[in-house]
Amino acid sequence: MNDSYLEYPGRGYGQDHDFYDWRMVQKRPKLKWDGDTKVAVCLIVPLEFFPLNPSGSPFKHPGAMKTPYPDLRHFTVRDYGNRVGVFRILEALEAHNISATFAVDGEVARRYPCLVNRIGTAEHCIAVHGLSTDKIHHSGLTGDMEVAWIIEAEQSFGSEDYPSGFNDNPSGWMSPARNQSPRTLELLAARGYRYCLDWEMDQVPVTAQTGAGNITLIPNSYELSDFTLLHIRGQSGDSWLAQIGASIDLLLEEYARYGSQMLGLTLTPYVIGQPFRIRALRMLLDHIRDTDGVEVLTADAIDKQFREQA
Amino acid sequence: MKADPNLYDYWPYAGRPKIEWPGGKKLAFWVTPNIEFYEFLPPDNPQRRPWPHAVPNVQQYSQRDFGNRVGQWRLMELLDKYSLRGSVSLNVALCDHHPEIIEACVKRDWEFFSHGTYNTRYSYGLTPEQERAVLDDSIRTVEKATGQRIRGYLAPALTHTEHTLDLIAENDFWYSCDLFQDDQPQPLKTRSGKLVSMPYSLEVNDVITYSVMGFDPQRYTDILKHHFDQLLLEGERSGTVMCIPVHPYLVGQPNRLRRFEEALKYICAHSDDVWFATGKEIARHFTDNYWDQSLSDIRARGVATGGTGFNHE
Repeated sequence: MNDSYLEYPGRGYGQDHDFYDWRMVQKRPKLKWDGDTKVAVCLIVPLEFFPLNPSGSPFKHPGAMKTPYPDLRHFTVRDYGNRVGVFRILEALEAHNISATFAVDGEVARRYPCLVNRIGTAEHCIAVHGLSTDKIHHSGLTGDMEVAWIIEAEQSFGSEDYPSGFNDNPSGWMSPARNQSPRTLELLAARGYRYCLDWEMDQVPVTAQTGAGNITLIPNSYELSDFTLLHIRGQSGDSWLAQIGASIDLLLEEYARYGSQMLGLTLTPYVIGQPFRIRALRMLLDHIRDTDGVEVLTADAIDKQFREQA
Repeated sequence: MKADPNLYDYWPYAGRPKIEWPGGKKLAFWVTPNIEFYEFLPPDNPQRRPWPHAVPNVQQYSQRDFGNRVGQWRLMELLDKYSLRGSVSLNVALCDHHPEIIEACVKRDWEFFSHGTYNTRYSYGLTPEQERAVLDDSIRTVEKATGQRIRGYLAPALTHTEHTLDLIAENDFWYSCDLFQDDQPQPLKTRSGKLVSMPYSLEVNDVITYSVMGFDPQRYTDILKHHFDQLLLEGERSGTVMCIPVHPYLVGQPNRLRRFEEALKYICAHSDDVWFATGKEIARHFTDNYWDQSLSDIRARGVATGGTGFNHE
């Protein structure tokens, strides 16, 4: 092996990148959400289009087609989420007067403007979820190519018939497959994005610094995501619910010492939106309603309250 | 490449001479927090990519980072509550990145053993000289940060060469966590030294149970209790070892901490029969009292094959 393999240019105090500093939980300034909210829950609903002919570059999106072309089986299961599952989620949320954060990719925005419009007219917030599940940001792209993808994703929103475009610049971003190149955060900050949903290094938001300004990293839990627990790991809706309940309990228990914290939870329409699972979401929303100190906040609201204290 | 590592002799479990832990205890219990640093932009190793998809992987990187910022402290507090000292499986570069964690472990008299420099630097392809340099780095780095001379090794990300165990034995390490063939310690066939194969575990390792098998927190707790019950039962005949290898980025997640606590509470309620120890303490007790007994039993059974690791006679 080349001796350079045993050289460690990043070895030194703190992180091995410049986006944010090393900070332990006990050194963290206490956050306080508005009102008497001790634990904020951010519900993130990804709306994604999965092409029948993915390039698989630089890797296959975890939700991409799996069997030989034409993989109608996986295509239609994913599509079920955008046609049916998301409406079940909307109904459950709205029955509780709860606003969620919809991470919508450019393909969905362009293909189903009426869906984006439906979400936009309620009190939900919309983040851009990249251009497509087959346009994964990674180190091999040039900066120009990445910017072009970001702009194209933004421009996919809005049409004459369905005015689903953003009034201002979009405020939130989630990368396809939550993958980034080392320059993605800087490009997003330069486009005016205020927060990003790809990272999860803390139980609270963290400010990332880039050459083009700051962007808030709002944690989004992989280990509690419905896609991870219910889809990949085959756990039950009841177990998912119990684990989120246990998480809320722990964050409430830690409030006195560590202040307000948060959970970012993915609600994937083709996973939690299945008929046999949606009851777990309804039960979760009941539980949040019935538990003092816990509120669902949109990513926009979390970013705003966090920045007021940063 | 060899068909058989020849790192130890086949030694049937039934009828082995008795091991007794200090105080006549039946089971030696140790818990190993894996305190790790995964690099943001690690170099590629031709035999294994540092992140399976692409470099960087901000989701996975930041989840590991969560382990050090939040999960580690939750886990440490939990071990404090049950008066358990951790044996830290340490990526030693963490001494440079996050010395506060190291200081907190030292303050609690936890033991450190090496888990390589970074969990994103693998042993594959290293020459013996290069692997020696990695070991030397581990010994010096931990000694400087903690005053402790490390005696145990778990190869970084479980990546090995044919030389790994000979090299650690040569450097006066006492135990290896790299082998999973047994629930009792036993002598390893290295060219020099007295290196013990220490029961660690993949089966009850939180990475395997949570991430690979996809079990939920309650199931992991059930597994730990059943595992403990059986090893305690067998420990009556001859002392067994149970290790719980955990990772703060997994077990320190808010959905898992209290369920995991249930298992610790259960185990700690058996203090009459359990020796709560660190890796070094178990290895030392075994080597001082049972090394020769083990070798003579292996010889008496006619199962010894001679040679040393990757070097058959």
